[in-house]
Amino acid sequence: MHRFANPARFMRLSARLLPWLAGATALLLAVGLYLALIASPPDYQQGQAVRIMYVHVPSAWLSMAVYGAMALASIAYLVWKHPLAGLFTKAVAPVGAGFTALCLVTGSLWGEPMWGTWWVWDARLTSVLILFFLYLGYIALVGAFDDAERGLRVGAVLVLVGTVNLPIIKFSVDWWNTLHQPASVGRLDGPTMDTAMLIPLLVMALAFTLLFAVLALVRTRAELTWRKVEVLRLFQAAGE
Amino acid sequence: MRALWHLIRRDLTLVLRSGTDAGAALAFFVVTVTLFPFGIGPEPEILGRVAAGLIWVSALLATLLSMERLFQADYEDGTLDQLLLAGVSAEAIAMAKIAAHWLVTGLPLLIVAPVMAALIQLPAGAYGVMIASLALGTPVLSLIGGIGAALILGARRGGALLALLVLPLFVPPLIFAVGAIDAAALGLSPRPNLLFLAGLLAAALPLAPVAAAAAIRQVLD
Amino acid sequence: MGTFFEMGGYAAYVWPAYGLATLVVVGLLVLSVRRLRSAERMLTLLEQARRERVDDGPDA
Repeated sequence: MHRFANPARFMRLSARLLPWLAGATALLLAVGLYLALIASPPDYQQGQAVRIMYVHVPSAWLSMAVYGAMALASIAYLVWKHPLAGLFTKAVAPVGAGFTALCLVTGSLWGEPMWGTWWVWDARLTSVLILFFLYLGYIALVGAFDDAERGLRVGAVLVLVGTVNLPIIKFSVDWWNTLHQPASVGRLDGPTMDTAMLIPLLVMALAFTLLFAVLALVRTRAELTWRKVEVLRLFQAAGE
Repeated sequence: MRALWHLIRRDLTLVLRSGTDAGAALAFFVVTVTLFPFGIGPEPEILGRVAAGLIWVSALLATLLSMERLFQADYEDGTLDQLLLAGVSAEAIAMAKIAAHWLVTGLPLLIVAPVMAALIQLPAGAYGVMIASLALGTPVLSLIGGIGAALILGARRGGALLALLVLPLFVPPLIFAVGAIDAAALGLSPRPNLLFLAGLLAAALPLAPVAAAAAIRQVLD
Repeated sequence: MGTFFEMGGYAAYVWPAYGLATLVVVGLLVLSVRRLRSAERMLTLLEQARRERVDDGPDA
């Protein structure tokens, strides 16, 4: 972590890492898609519709992992004043939101043929929906301040508040779901994991993770560069 | 402790003097609950089935409505800065504002709710639990809302932002409160839900002022 | 080939799911790279302008 604390160092390191990460991402996505759409078997009960799982479940995992990364970065930012952590959190929030939205929509697309309804208030989907609002709230909050640094700091507090609340929210939603158990809804999990299905799932999950790494580096570089732009603009305005 | 009490008294005086804010939340609550039968029909079975949720969502929205400007006035006229410079802890300021807010918003809701519940056919056995849920839950709403109000200090379009920010955080107290009332209405024990709600209150009481204070300090540094 | 596209009758669900995934992946990549490029362009412009002003001297 301290290696990345120096912005100039981060820029150099990320420039060297990016081509490799991008290449690995493309490779894994290709392999994953092949496995998901072609090589893996259809499910005994769900038929070909189970293939949606290979996009839905990795998105769910990433949506939570990205928020976890944001939480860790926010601690580093607020407690240790890590210079890049605030920008990183702002940079990856839209990525997390994207995965969350993908998880929700693919969940709907999976749910309709399986249970005949476009939306199901099952515990996991509901928790992901709330997570989506947490992402949107963060993005809106950080963008609402004229002073960018203030926005980053307040945003970090929000992320930590959300992190503390997430287990509480998940628990309460689980609780609520068992109280109101709908008639014939099972878990949007898919079948018990056969190796033939586990491998494509893990490959897609890894591909998405590498994609996140690529996007995180690109977007943090962009945030750093924009910050330099803002500083120069201020100099320019002051100099005139 | 005395300083806290002074702060609360000051905030209460300010709010009660202005009048409008204090009444707005209550009026919103009454109007919202009254509108629902027009929206979903007057059949007692249907109303009774959803009464608990309606009361609670309306209370939640009313709380949200009056939360936006919690710290705004003191922030704008510099009082917040002065209090902090004078050595008053940001936590105390937050706690005082939240306490004043609950006294002016939550407490009246608590008093008026049974009447509104009767209007929408809340089942007979559930009134006690409804009041208990509001007594435990509205302070939680004020506490969580206080965090949101501190976060939006100095932000553009804070009002819309506030709703988006606290919505996820409001879900657990809502679930437990309505769960308790519904259990009582069905003749089951409301204790598990009420205990969870009490747990939320116990957790929010120390933590919310800390979070709100952290947000206030970020803005004033 | 036809059976592949039909996805056992679930084509209307599977293909939009993968289509959206592609959209999200490609969209995030494109937008992120564009944001980075425009920042880099703006930075180059500003640094150039600053160098010119410094060369001309503060009174120019």
